[in-house]
Amino acid sequence: MGKELTVVMDAQGIERCIERIAYEIRENNEGAQDLVIIGIRAGGILLADRLSTMLRDIEGTEIPTGVLDITLYRDDLLSGTGKPKLGKTEIPFSLDGKIVVLVDDVIFTGRTIRAAMDALIDFGRPKRIQLAVLIDRGHRELPISPDYVGKSLPSSLWEKVVVELSPSPGNDRIIIEN
Amino acid sequence: MKLGHKDLLGLEHVSREEISLILDTAESFKEISTRRIKKVPTLRGKTVINLFVEPSTRTRTSFEIAGKRLSADVINFTTSASSFVKGETLRDTAQTLQSMAPDIIVIRHSAAGAPHILARLLQASIINAGDGAHEHPTQALLDMLSIREKKGRLEGLKVAIVGDISHSRVARSNIFGMTTMGMSVAIGGPPMMIPRDLEKLGVTVHYRLADAIQDADVVMMLRIQFERQASSLFPSIREYARFYSLTRDTIGLAKDDVIIMHPGPINRGVEIAPDIADGPSSIILDQVTNGVAVRMALLYLLGGGTE
Repeated sequence: MGKELTVVMDAQGIERCIERIAYEIRENNEGAQDLVIIGIRAGGILLADRLSTMLRDIEGTEIPTGVLDITLYRDDLLSGTGKPKLGKTEIPFSLDGKIVVLVDDVIFTGRTIRAAMDALIDFGRPKRIQLAVLIDRGHRELPISPDYVGKSLPSSLWEKVVVELSPSPGNDRIIIEN
Repeated sequence: MKLGHKDLLGLEHVSREEISLILDTAESFKEISTRRIKKVPTLRGKTVINLFVEPSTRTRTSFEIAGKRLSADVINFTTSASSFVKGETLRDTAQTLQSMAPDIIVIRHSAAGAPHILARLLQASIINAGDGAHEHPTQALLDMLSIREKKGRLEGLKVAIVGDISHSRVARSNIFGMTTMGMSVAIGGPPMMIPRDLEKLGVTVHYRLADAIQDADVVMMLRIQFERQASSLFPSIREYARFYSLTRDTIGLAKDDVIIMHPGPINRGVEIAPDIADGPSSIILDQVTNGVAVRMALLYLLGGGTE
């Protein structure tokens, strides 16, 4: 039985979503004062970069951007024999008093975001944490909801939602695998 | 990603991929020690027992910090060496430990093979923190991490290890690990301190310091234990230092960008001159920092067990 692939968003659609989210972030926070962007490894990294660049172009100031690896905060580490590959966290600035926009490509059960928030609190005391995702595919297991959503995509549990972003934006797409 | 075994007993049978995995993981752990809150919840609720039958403050503290930074419960179980007789009491100790249901046991023992006995008897993951003169794998791993950090790679580098090789578990583990990673290892020291047939491990043996450190990218000096002098292994400390000490004069034979290492504690003026130990080529303090990261990586990779 082969994999069924459906493309639900193309590169242009993704670009528009990111742009809208950038404007929403700016509006919600009345500018980019004290704003920092943290991308969750691995799916949120490129997205965080794109958002950061877009906000920089709109606002005219550089927004501090970092990468958060949440492997060590996962709640499913103790089961199974293997350990997920650990990546590096790079947050070379203080989070105290900052508005942190957490960025990930897809929000599903919400457990990744829970882990990310626990990690952020260990780093310092942000003034506020907001969440930006490209896709909300439903099936939340924790009471967590994003502040900024690219697209709401109700999905079935057996489907796999994949966001493919590449450094050269022309090849981006979002697909559902069956 | 996992290591191929439930324990880390030595580097002799650890593959290149496994060593790379440990080093890569350790690198990611380094960053935690720079945070304001140096703690992650990963091993919360896990029990790590430090069973140090042979006393050690530095290694034990390093493992303790590593475990605590991972939120594990670390218990120090130290016994005087005299209460252990061959393997029998170790077995009793093992059974006592088993009833405490530890997840990981870190053991340092004066008898080679003691960690292996525990590994066979217990379900816990066993980490060898030094067994007699046999192996000290976590030291070799932190040494390799330190080298990789400074040089950007391991393969093809020339390392000189100088000192009392026959009594050095650090040398042995480094020989195993470094040859596995494709480094070329040159051993230097007086003939009565170098085991016969050491070349069989894939190293070159030199009895003159100059020959060993010629063109070396890395020079690792081992601690001379003064007790060995009492057992007539060499006439005097001063004579040893005259022939085998790393000084401003002798270091010139190595490459210009050579890095100097030492497992510690150093005997200033004996195996290494103070200005070299404190100089810009020395990465001795980085080794200590990397020690915590490597031990965190191992506790992470081995801890958790199967459920």
